[in-house]
Amino acid sequence: MRMLEPFYKFSSPQHFYRLSTVLAPWLGWLAVALFTTGLTGGLLLAPPDYQQGESVRIIYVHVPSAWMSLFVYVLMAAAGVAGLVWNVKVADAVARASAPLGAMFTFLALATGSLWGKPMWGTWWVWDARLTSELVLLFLYLGYMALQNAIEDRRMAARAGAVLALVGVVNIPIIHYSVEWWSTLHQPASISRIGAPAIHISMLVPLLVMALAFTFYYVAAVLVRARCELLEAEAGSQWAQAAAATAAERP
Amino acid sequence: MNSLESFLHMGGYAGFVWPAYVLTFTLLLLNHVLQQRRQKRILRQLGRRATGERAGP
Repeated sequence: MRMLEPFYKFSSPQHFYRLSTVLAPWLGWLAVALFTTGLTGGLLLAPPDYQQGESVRIIYVHVPSAWMSLFVYVLMAAAGVAGLVWNVKVADAVARASAPLGAMFTFLALATGSLWGKPMWGTWWVWDARLTSELVLLFLYLGYMALQNAIEDRRMAARAGAVLALVGVVNIPIIHYSVEWWSTLHQPASISRIGAPAIHISMLVPLLVMALAFTFYYVAAVLVRARCELLEAEAGSQWAQAAAATAAERP
Repeated sequence: MNSLESFLHMGGYAGFVWPAYVLTFTLLLLNHVLQQRRQKRILRQLGRRATGERAGP
């Protein structure tokens, strides 16, 4: 049981609040450093593609956004289930805080994909399986957010949201395998866990650095947003009042 | 064409590459600003509520 103690501590709102106050700025600056490195690598050092020319540079924002759109959704659903099963308030807050961030990443994946599709495919949009299932993901995020806003009671909202998120998880493998099941317009993945990546190391490194930057950005952002959710949910509690008092003392 | 000009030109794809980057970083920055402001607002409201309660009857 002693081994699990840090987890119990982290799952209590006041400890989460204190720890996230320390962690979020560091993670945010780490993201800034990684963004700077990734952008230098992607825009200045990586070569243009032999077929797509310079337009391939969109990959360094498009692919990380798309990865994050899936990763955040799975995390949101998992946090929702943790809240549902073990009644962990912090997990509910993380799920609720993840939705707008996930929606942002999904929108970015769609928009940057559109900007890449126009010069390469000759169209901004097609009802290709990958694009359509990613659009469904955006609607799942928006539906989740609408549900949170519609239900006044936060515990009820969290429960309903967790169920919606869990049902929507079925869309994740559909997005992932869409390029293999229905090979229409979107190209298959260049990077997979099985086998060597199909892109050169000079493009792979900045891509992975950008993916890390996006991940750290998300973690920093979700900590801040979850903190807001907890403060709102526990506005009457002693720790929230104390946090407000401490914040007021700072200039 | 000098190197900066050719960099900005993006081999003719400037109209697609730059909007993708500008959009991405505008949204990331906007989200940061908004959530920071939200946190401040919540803490301010909580603080007011606490002092209001203490000053009350």
